[in-house]
Amino acid sequence: MQSFAKKVDHKLSLPMRHPVSETKTSPVILSAENISVSFGGFMAVRGMNLALRKHELHFLIGPNGAGKTTMLDVICGKTKASSGKVLLGGEVDLTRKRDYEIASLGIGRKFQAPSVFPNLTVQENLELAADRNRSIFHTLRLRRSDTVTPKMLGILEQIGLPGREGERAGSLSHGEKQWLEIGMLLLQKPSVLLLDEPVAGMTDDETVKTGELLKEIAKTCSVVVVEHDMEFVRSFAAKVTVMHEGQLLKEGSMAEIQHDPRVAEVYLGKRREDHAAASSH
Amino acid sequence: MEMLILQTFNGLSVSSILLLIALGLAVTFGLMNVINMAHGELIMIGAYSAYVTQNLFASYLPKSWYEGYFFAALAASFLIAALMGCLLETILIRHLYGRPLDSLLATWGVGMMLQQVARFIFGAPNVAVTSPSWLNGGLAITSTLVLPYKRLFIMALVALVLTAMYLYIYKSASGRRMRAVMQNREMAGCLGISTRHVDSLTFAIGSGIAGIAGCALTLLGPIGPSIGTYYIVDAFMVVVLGGVGKLIGTVAGALGIGIFNTLFETYTSASIGKVLVFACIVAFLQWKPRGLVALRTRSLD
Amino acid sequence: MIMNWMKLIPGSRTRRIVWAVLILLLCMAPLFMTPFRLGLFTKFIALAILAVGLDLIWGYGGILSLGHGVFFGLGAYAIAMYLKLEASGSSIPDFMSWSGINALPFFWEPFRYFPVAFLLGILIPAALALILGYFTFRNRIVGVYFTILTQALVMIVVTLFVGKQEWTGGTNGLTGYRDIFGFAFQDSGTKIALYFITLAALIIAYLLCRYIVNSRAGQVLEASRDGENRVRFLGYDPSRFKTFAFTVSGALAGLSGMLFVLQVGIISPSMMGIVPSIEMVLWVALGGRGTLIGAIIGAVVLNAAKTGISEAYPEGWLLVLGGLFVAVVVLMPSGLTGLWNRIVRIFYRQGGSEHAVIRKEG
Repeated sequence: MQSFAKKVDHKLSLPMRHPVSETKTSPVILSAENISVSFGGFMAVRGMNLALRKHELHFLIGPNGAGKTTMLDVICGKTKASSGKVLLGGEVDLTRKRDYEIASLGIGRKFQAPSVFPNLTVQENLELAADRNRSIFHTLRLRRSDTVTPKMLGILEQIGLPGREGERAGSLSHGEKQWLEIGMLLLQKPSVLLLDEPVAGMTDDETVKTGELLKEIAKTCSVVVVEHDMEFVRSFAAKVTVMHEGQLLKEGSMAEIQHDPRVAEVYLGKRREDHAAASSH
Repeated sequence: MEMLILQTFNGLSVSSILLLIALGLAVTFGLMNVINMAHGELIMIGAYSAYVTQNLFASYLPKSWYEGYFFAALAASFLIAALMGCLLETILIRHLYGRPLDSLLATWGVGMMLQQVARFIFGAPNVAVTSPSWLNGGLAITSTLVLPYKRLFIMALVALVLTAMYLYIYKSASGRRMRAVMQNREMAGCLGISTRHVDSLTFAIGSGIAGIAGCALTLLGPIGPSIGTYYIVDAFMVVVLGGVGKLIGTVAGALGIGIFNTLFETYTSASIGKVLVFACIVAFLQWKPRGLVALRTRSLD
Repeated sequence: MIMNWMKLIPGSRTRRIVWAVLILLLCMAPLFMTPFRLGLFTKFIALAILAVGLDLIWGYGGILSLGHGVFFGLGAYAIAMYLKLEASGSSIPDFMSWSGINALPFFWEPFRYFPVAFLLGILIPAALALILGYFTFRNRIVGVYFTILTQALVMIVVTLFVGKQEWTGGTNGLTGYRDIFGFAFQDSGTKIALYFITLAALIIAYLLCRYIVNSRAGQVLEASRDGENRVRFLGYDPSRFKTFAFTVSGALAGLSGMLFVLQVGIISPSMMGIVPSIEMVLWVALGGRGTLIGAIIGAVVLNAAKTGISEAYPEGWLLVLGGLFVAVVVLMPSGLTGLWNRIVRIFYRQGGSEHAVIRKEG
């Protein structure tokens, strides 16, 4: 296991030191530098770099266990990195901030499972996302409002839940909860949005609709999406980063990725060494 | 030097009792996320089982057998407490799965009722259990430093229980199932492990150990219906301090609390000592909020 | 004029009328109650103040505290110290001289003055709640971990109060005071005055908690009960909201303790111990957690039952208490108000009404 890890490290050192970047037009808004994460001795991420440019739609793909979700967790503060830095706007190191501070700096996160507040109404869920000032004394002065603002009405329309602001969020269907959560993200207006498999478990229709919503969000912010669904990735002509065994494997456009032999190896497992290494542990 | 030995001995003695009580708590908490507030009453049941066993020996068996009552009492305490625990799990706790705070309250209610029932049966005043004569006296280290046999016996008993628990959890097939359920209940269920059986069995074992603890407590003084409540809060603190999921955490937690308690109480007073221990625990949790031994996993909460 | 006043009461017209009638009835209570019964009733509503605060953190914040006996006790001791000093005149309190103390300990000095004692009776429990809440919620010590810590807090505070007999009166607690500002507690005039003061305090406590619960902060509190992580990723710090609610709750428990002492004339460590603390939780559970009015109903009903049962059959209370815990948790987790709402809903459904939606309004 150990020797295999070293071998991979050596092989992959080239692309790691020279990250491919094709859109040099917009500035880097978020950069993760040399991130490593260890879970009780197991290195889930090792020396990963990731640069996100302004208004970029950036897909993070890779086989299971590649450390994609862990990367998102590190950026949003859910998981502490063992080493490395995450710089927002080139200045603020997010690894030193607490998760809620990171969120209030404008980093939004959507988890794989829908996570809305089931005992609050749809409107109350949206209200929580909409407020800019999150201090306790400010929120004490605000009431649970009885009226829906025009902006919120627009959002409700957009996420396909018009007229249902008074319902308990817990009574919504799976897909509706996902959309409510996306609606919350729209109101939250993050500058960076981290999405973890936003279309997992959705029907084709729902996937199309979710894709539309995501495009809408991506107009105003930079988005990192972890995704398995290659069709979904292909439908957005965007930048793709491939991760494997906690490291960066390849970065580039979808076309470049598809023609890269190493990526094919990782996904299709053609290489013999890999088989040997996999069967030895 | 003598002072140091005595301090260490007292600290270990307190720790061993705490450990015996906390073992059962830690296992049930780790497995089902249930804080069993009736655990103290299971100790009480164990203590009264020892009391009844002793009386039975005194009235029905030849005098020469009497000295051996304690071993019968240990078995009786374990079995009766385990049975009660199993009942409690089947009738009540199983139905409150996933509601940890509610099961905490409900088990407290059960504990309260058990105390009252004990008062009805045995009366409110404490009763004394005569220890076997071979446990009287002590091991003389120097002329002034004597380590009581009773306390040494309890330590040995705890070591024995701990070893048995270790072998059960880490070496037996049943223990492996238990660990599987503890780490991932759904997955274990999918693999064909009957989580219900594992829950009942684990709860019974945890309760049985509480029974043994109750039996051991009869060596140290008279027992009463509320005997469990004196120890239970400290035992909970052991679980909080030690963390869940591994035996070693509980052992370390018990040692920590037992020794610091003895230390602080010697140099301050009993009440100030407790305050200091509490402050230390809260301070410690600032550093390790999940206790001494916490498994870092990738799962969401 | 009455209509203007009634606008202070929120909700629909019917709701306002019900509330107005209820408050009017409560104000007339001294007319149809004997002084003894009125005293008991005052005690119940003093305890209801604590229940409202406890519901704020448990019902809305999802934080179960088994330590409210301590906050209650600290408030009670603060006012009892004042009363004791008043009753002792120029000499030191009797229990101190029994313990061989000649001079008043320095920390007793501030309690010579009523306003100071009153403020400390609220501020000390609030400060303790603030400190405990800050150091635990900050590190996400929540759920049963927090509950166990609060119970340990009770144990050590009780041990401390019993152990430091020369400062606190030990197991006997503080008693032996008969009047306040020269009004004897036994006088029916004093009783009526205390009743109205306590009632006013309860109404203020209720309105305060209602204000918090219906604010955006209450919304955050409720949201973090159901999904603490999600709240964090919206940019709120749930620990601050929890600490705030816990502090308010501690302060209300202190206030409740003060009014309780004025009514019963004694406070001792056994009244703030583990059993009374957990009993307080049952008030809220029985009344219905998550509805402030339920907490009040629970406190009054359960304490009335306790008085009744303890009078007739002293040993039985603990048995009833234990049984009630199991029954409430298993059979009616939403308490009496939940039961009432269910009945109302069934009634409405049979009536065929379309707008049978019962909104939770506190």
